[in-house]
This record gives sequence, C-alpha cells and structure tokens, in this order.
Amino acid sequence: MDFPILTVMMLVPLIGAVACLLAAPAARTIALGATLVTFGLGIVLWASYEIGGAQWQFHESYELVAGFSYAVGIDGISLMLIMLSVFLMPICILASWEAITKRVGEYMAAFLFMEVLMIGTFAAQDIFLFYIFFEAGLIPMYLIIGVWGGDNRIYASYKFFLYTLLGSVLMLIAMFWMVAQAGTSDIPTLMQYDFPPGAQLWLFLAFFASFAVKMPMWPVHTWLPDAHVQAPTAGSVILAGVLLKLGGYGFIRFSLPMFPEASADLAWLIFTLSMVAVVYTSLVALVQHDMKKLIAYSSVAHMALVTAGLFAFNVQGIEGAMMIMLGHGLVSAALFLCVGVIYDRLHTREIDRYGGLSINMPFYAVFFLLFTMAAVGLPGTSNFVGEFLALAGIYQASSWVALICTTGIILGAGYMLYLYRRVAFGTQKNEDAAAMPDMTPREWAMMAPIAAVVLWMGVYPESFLAPMRADIAALDAQIAAAAPASEAQLAAGEPRPEAANAVEYESHEGEGEH
Amino acid sequence: MDFASSFALVAPELVLTAAGLVLLLVVAWGGDKLARTVAIIAAAALFAAGFLTIPGLHSGVDGPDSYAFGTLMKIDSFALFAKALIYLAAIGALMVAPAFFASPAAGKERGMRAEYPVLILFASLGMSIMVSASDFMTLYLGLELNSLAAYVLAAILREDQRSAEAGLKYFVLGALASGILLYGISLLYGFTGATDFASVRTALDGDLSTGQLFGLIFVMSGLAFKISAVPFHMWTPDVYEGAPTPVTAFFATAPKVAAVSLTARVVFEVFGGQVLAWQQIVMFAALASIVFGALGAIGQQNLKRLLAYSSINNIGFILLGLAVATADGASAMLVYLFIYVAMSIGSFVALLMLRSPDGDLYETFADISGLAVTRPAIAWALLIQMFSLAGIPPLLGFYSKFVVFQATVEAGLVVFAAIAIAASVIGAFYYIKFVKVMFFDEPAGLVTGKSGTAHWVLLALCAAIISPLGYLLTPSLTDLADKAAAALFVAI
Repeated sequence: MDFPILTVMMLVPLIGAVACLLAAPAARTIALGATLVTFGLGIVLWASYEIGGAQWQFHESYELVAGFSYAVGIDGISLMLIMLSVFLMPICILASWEAITKRVGEYMAAFLFMEVLMIGTFAAQDIFLFYIFFEAGLIPMYLIIGVWGGDNRIYASYKFFLYTLLGSVLMLIAMFWMVAQAGTSDIPTLMQYDFPPGAQLWLFLAFFASFAVKMPMWPVHTWLPDAHVQAPTAGSVILAGVLLKLGGYGFIRFSLPMFPEASADLAWLIFTLSMVAVVYTSLVALVQHDMKKLIAYSSVAHMALVTAGLFAFNVQGIEGAMMIMLGHGLVSAALFLCVGVIYDRLHTREIDRYGGLSINMPFYAVFFLLFTMAAVGLPGTSNFVGEFLALAGIYQASSWVALICTTGIILGAGYMLYLYRRVAFGTQKNEDAAAMPDMTPREWAMMAPIAAVVLWMGVYPESFLAPMRADIAALDAQIAAAAPASEAQLAAGEPRPEAANAVEYESHEGEGEH
Repeated sequence: MDFASSFALVAPELVLTAAGLVLLLVVAWGGDKLARTVAIIAAAALFAAGFLTIPGLHSGVDGPDSYAFGTLMKIDSFALFAKALIYLAAIGALMVAPAFFASPAAGKERGMRAEYPVLILFASLGMSIMVSASDFMTLYLGLELNSLAAYVLAAILREDQRSAEAGLKYFVLGALASGILLYGISLLYGFTGATDFASVRTALDGDLSTGQLFGLIFVMSGLAFKISAVPFHMWTPDVYEGAPTPVTAFFATAPKVAAVSLTARVVFEVFGGQVLAWQQIVMFAALASIVFGALGAIGQQNLKRLLAYSSINNIGFILLGLAVATADGASAMLVYLFIYVAMSIGSFVALLMLRSPDGDLYETFADISGLAVTRPAIAWALLIQMFSLAGIPPLLGFYSKFVVFQATVEAGLVVFAAIAIAASVIGAFYYIKFVKVMFFDEPAGLVTGKSGTAHWVLLALCAAIISPLGYLLTPSLTDLADKAAAALFVAI
C-alpha cells in the first residue's frame, strides 16, 4: 500500500482544526466536511483491509529522533476502533450544530484535534508515539469540558485531567524500562518479547494504573460520572464512545500480550474489581435522578464486562469484549445523543421533569426505545452479541464470575427500562415537556445511522468479527500458555448413546394389517 | 599553550568585555537618551559572541585543546553549549526591556536606564566565565561578576520599593551563598593543595576525608543557592516577584543555565571519582525541588511568584538528569535546559504583554480571567507554554521530561523516576489552573493594551519552538547536547 492513508486520515482533521481556528464563522461547515472526508477515508481503509492478510497492514514508518519513530499501522482490532471513532465524529459535530453558540471555532478545532489523536492512538506502532497520542487527548478534552461544560464544569475538568494524568505517568516509566530492556520501541516486536516474570508484575501494575483509570474500573471510576454530566452532549458522546475504549484497547495491545504471566497472576484482581463494578455501579445507576449520570454509571458496568471478558484468556472472552466495546461505543453514544435531544429543548437532565414523551415525540421515543433495548442487550442488537460472547468466555474461566456478571444484565434491564418508563411512558405531567416538538431532520441524521449500525451489528456481527478474528486468535495463542487454571471444570461428559429426546422404537409386528 | 590560541578560545568573552567597557563609557557621557542605541549594540555584541561559539559547537571541542591560560579556563563543547544558551536568553531579556521600562509599571522613572544593557552584558560575561571555569578561582571570579551585575539589575527601579527589596534580599542571600561556596573552596584547597579542577580531582582520589567531604558539601550548598534548588530556594519567589519583569525573565533563564552548567562541571570534573558522595545530595535536591516547587506554587495568586516556584520545580527535573551521573543524563539535562529557556522566556514575555490600555502591567490570576475571549492570541500562547511546562505531549516540554526520565530509567534509578514523575502531577495542577482562569472563567476585560513587535516576535518564536514543530529541532539539539555532554566525560 503506497498511499499513506493513515497519515492522511490524521492530516485531514488536523488541517480542518487549523482552518476552524482561523475561519471561525465557517467552523461548523469545515468541521463537518473534514470529519465526513475522514469517515470516507475510513470506509476506503476498511474496504481495502485484507482479511486474513498480513497481521499489520498499511504500515508506515519514519525515523524521527533518537528515542522513537513515527510508525503507524493497523490490525483488525485497531481497524474496528478507528472505524468507530471516525463514524461517531461527524455525528458529534451535528450534535453540537445548534447547542454550541459561543467560541464555535475553538470548539470544532478541539474536536478535530481529538479525532487526530484518537486515530493516532489506535494506529500507533511505536510505544512512545502511542503514549504521546494517548496523553495528548487530555488537552482538548480538558478544554471541551471546561469551556463548554455545565455549571460544575471546573471541578469535573480538573478531576478528569489530574486523575487520568496520574494514572498515565507511571506507565511512561514502565515504557522506558521496557524499551531499555528490549532495545526497541516497536510495538509488534515488544508484543513478542518475553519480559522476565518478576518484572512483569511491576510493569503490569504501571500499565494497569493507566488503563484502569481510562476504562474506568471500580474504584477509580469516579471521574467519569462528573465528566459526563458536565461535558456538552458531543463531549459525552466522544468520551463514552471512544475514549473509554482506550483502556480496553490498552489491555489488548499491551497488558495481555506483553505481560501474559502477570495478567494471569492478577486475573483474580481484575475479576474481583469487575464483579464489584457490575453489581455496585448497576445499583447506583438504579437510583440516579440525572439521565447522564445514569448512563455514565451504566457505562462503568458495561466496561467491567469488557475487562472480565478480556482476562478470561480465551477467544470468546476477548471477541466478546471487543464486540461490547464496539456496541457500547455506539449505544452509549446514541443514548447520550438522546439525552442531548431533549436537553436542548428543556435544558434539564432531571428525569422527573419529563414524562409521556412517546405522545408528543413518537419518533424520538422509537429511537430511544431501540437504544434502550440495545443497552439492555436484547437479541438482534449489537450489545447482545458482545455480552453473550463475553459471558460465554468468562464462564469457561470461572462460573462464579460469570454468575455474578450476568446479574449485570438483569440489573441493566432494570435501570434502563425504569429510565425509559419515566421519560417516555406515563402521563404528560410537565406541560413544557409535553409541548416539545419531535425530532428535526438534523437529529434524524444523527440517530438513523447509529440505529442502522446497531441493528447491523446485532443481526450480522460477522462483518465486524471477521477482520478481528485472526488477530484475536493470534493473541489467544500467545497468552494461552499462561492462562490461569479454570475453576469451571468444563470436562466434556460421556455422550449419551442416543439423543435425549429419542423415543424408544417399538416394533409393531404386522403393522398396517388392519 | 601560547597566548594567541588562548585568546582565540575566549573570543566571545573578549567581544563582550570590549563592548561592555566601551558602552559603559558611552553611557557615562551620553546618558539615558542613548539607552535604546546602547541596548541594540549590546544585543549585537551578544549575537556576535554567540556567533563565535558556532564553529566549536558544530565540530565539537574537548580534551587538552580546550584549555585556555594554562588550566584556568576550559572552553569545550559543554561550555560553548551553555554560552550559546546564555547569550540567547540575554538577547531576549534586552528585547523585552524597552517597552516595559516605558510603561507605568516601571514606576516614576519612565524610560529604560542606559545601564540596563551594560549590566546585562557584564552579567553575561560573568556567566560566560563561570561555565568555562576549570579552576576554582576562575569559577569564583565569574560567579561574582555575574552576581554583582544581577544585584544591581534586581534593584534597577530605584524608586520602586519591591524592586529595592528584591535587590537587597538577593544581595544578602547571594553574598551568604558566595561565602558558603568560598568556604567550601578553601576547605578543598586546604585538604588538596590545589585550586584547578584536574589537580583537585587527582588529590581527591579514593575515599574522601572528613575535611574533603565538608568541602564538597559546602561547595554543593553554595551552588544549590545559585540554582535555587530546595532547600536553598527561599529567596527565589521574593526576588522574582520584586524584580522588574524583564529582569525576572533574565534571572529565570541565563543564570540558571550558567549555575546548572557550573554545577555539572564541578561534580563531574572535580568530584567525578566520588559519584556516590554527591549523587545522593543532588538526588535529594532534585526530588525536593520537584515536590516543594509544585506544592509551593499551588496557593500563589501572583503570576511571577508562581513562575518562580515553577522554575524551582523545573530545576528539580534538570538536577534529576545530573543525578543520573551518566553522559546520557548530562545530555538530557542540556536538552531540558534549552527547552526550559524557551518555555521561560515565552511565559515571561506573555506576562509582559498583559497590559492595560495605558500600558500598566497585570500580574495576578484575577487580572487574566477570561483572557481567551479578550486576547485570544496571548491566551493560546500561554496555554501552549503551560501545558508544555506541565509536560503534556505533544508539546516540547514533554520531550524534555522524556529524555531526562529515559536517562534516569536507563541508569537503573527506576524508583526515583517513579517518584519524580508522580510528583510532576502535582505541578500539573497549577499549570492547568492558568488555563482554567484564562479559558473557563468569565472575562475580566482588563487586558486590552497593545504590545510591541518585539514582544510578538519573541512570543511567536517561543510558541513555535514549544509547539510540536519543535520536534524538528530535536535531532540537531540532541547531537549538540551529546557532544557537549561527552566533553564533560573526556577527563574521566
């Protein structure tokens, strides 16, 4: 592949961002154009990605300075996450079209910078380049929350910035040590390198500190509800849709392949934290009065399923975790958009201020229902596929963990349906809420594509699993040797001599002789 | 070593001396109305002196060829690198001065005094001698020449109480530090019988005696005063706040470079055989500076005071590179120094641009509230500087921390690196407070005054260096720093 498509995909939004800063009045159009072009390039990228081809495709590498190089390239896992980012980005711009009125140029520029950094993070093939993209995202997100956020935005932006920074800095020290040890900063080479098991534990913990905060795992999740509630709608969309996936991506790309022994040794820790998160944050979500906070807590619960699936050390678990990440990226983004639609009309996120919206906003209610059902994990929607695979994988590792994680599905149905009932059904108890008009064409344009992909992913997940299959199988083969012993004791039983529902055949002599 | 080649080696110093003496006479007869011309000539002299360092920097000078006047001075790549940085910083301090002294912020005496450029010249000359010292006598001579000029610079606004107070504080504490340093030198002389670095090093071979150890500790303490490393940092916030802002910009950059370079030379060339003896001192000073510099800055409302604590914090990271005691560490330290100078000048220039319509200067957080709305260009430039000082990628401040931590980890000091980097998060708190005040808060609408071209040029230049474009500089910067660091280790 001669055309440097990944670099171009980063350059387009970068140029767009600079243009937005310089030509503020036209910023909305420029931003939409740039993100659509990038999405178009993303489709080309997916179309020309060769399934079953080389593990790393579209590779580009330039030596920069002593220390690290500009090296990008993708495998199937990166491809899917890049697609998620570039797909959500134009929708974010549309979501901010009317909601953002002050300093539009800077706002759009921040989003476009964000897009550059997200693509860069998923495509980076040099460990330091990864760190730069990973960490640089703090700057635009800090500004997005702080400048265009809600009333308590300053507290939320500080918390977001310092939490994530503190999480990541130790990872940098670990990276220096790894590079000094292995003599290269190339990620594919490092993935094959065997670090001494004694050091792996420390390295794992340093990376874990970073990814656990980004993920976010209980108990370091507390920045997320604050950041979500205070961020503007599009900020929440990008936060839930893509930024949370950085943690999971980090586990897949670094923790599991580079420190398999330490991952296996500490799988109990991950499982414990995940189980607590599933039950605890689901219960917390159940009692929220703020819609965004409710969805934020549900994100923590879903991400806990991802971590548990990843550390199940088998193909189903990892595939399931990836599918939950993709599905949750779409569904939680769509749910935040749903909140944004009514927030733009009534300027409150209080659940009690709404009610009976299905009467005056029928189309909105349909979309909201679809995404609610998807979040619950209804078969036919994207999340079902992921949750089923992940739980099947977790069950093989530990049936108890699977049992407790499954309660998350039940609780999830509880809080999501409860939310939907209070917002969309019942009587129209608030006059102003009852007077809200239904969705505008712009809002249709935001919702319809996500709805289509959610159904696509639910009905035919093969399109999304196929590019990742070989990479996940390779990862599984690499870590299988270190996999912890399963306590599920899945011994294949003796097959019955006949099928269980076989009816004993009685010979009727002389049948038909009546 | 004949005199001709010695003079050739000290050509930059000769240029500065000649320019300083001539300009002093011009000032004595011409008075303050020539101030602007004198400043331009002084800047030209600094530029010429800087130009003279280029050939040596490029080809790399070390070993016996670099000695001048016997063993009094050593003009190697390391000295040249430090000199080039010092001259650049001094030129910056000259460029921003006229507009400041013409504003109401300068008190009753409007207009730049013609002594200002001359004092900058002499201070630069002193620093130039400091960094090329290879004898304790030369070291002290350069240090005092720089210090005396600096005391006067701090108090140059005679009518302004804060400036006079800063000058006095600087003088008293600086004199104390010089005394400590001198006492340490005398101890070393007494216990080794020599003042030139190479002989002292030979005499110190093996374990240190108690007297020698005290000498080392006093010398290190005196130097720590000059670089304002914790626990000898108390004077810095007061002096930075009280001194006129262009002088503060000068103090935060050039003397820091000189003192750090001098410290590096002393520890490697004099105490190079006793690494363990000084490494723990430097390591403690480094970690303490990082932590206390960050904690001290949190409560500050005055921006100059805050930047003073920020410079203490940065000195900590620079010393971390020194404490590694490897050529990589020294090279990382020099790279950090370069980037630190660019960030400091950029920040102080931005502060100098926070003006009211009549030209008065603002220097507290309340004044710059909502700056992004009223003066977006300055606000964005400050944003870049602050995130860079906090070490957030992709800005160049990240690269400076990157090289220092890489050297630290490669030398096996993982725990120290982990502590230092965790403490850097505390520092991020007040850097992002800058951004919060400028971008998130309601506009105060105070900063509306216009700034001169010189300020804009310097600000744009520093912002460009700090922005990701600065990575284009890193290959040549790394190359020069490696050569300079190698020069320190030739003797070992």
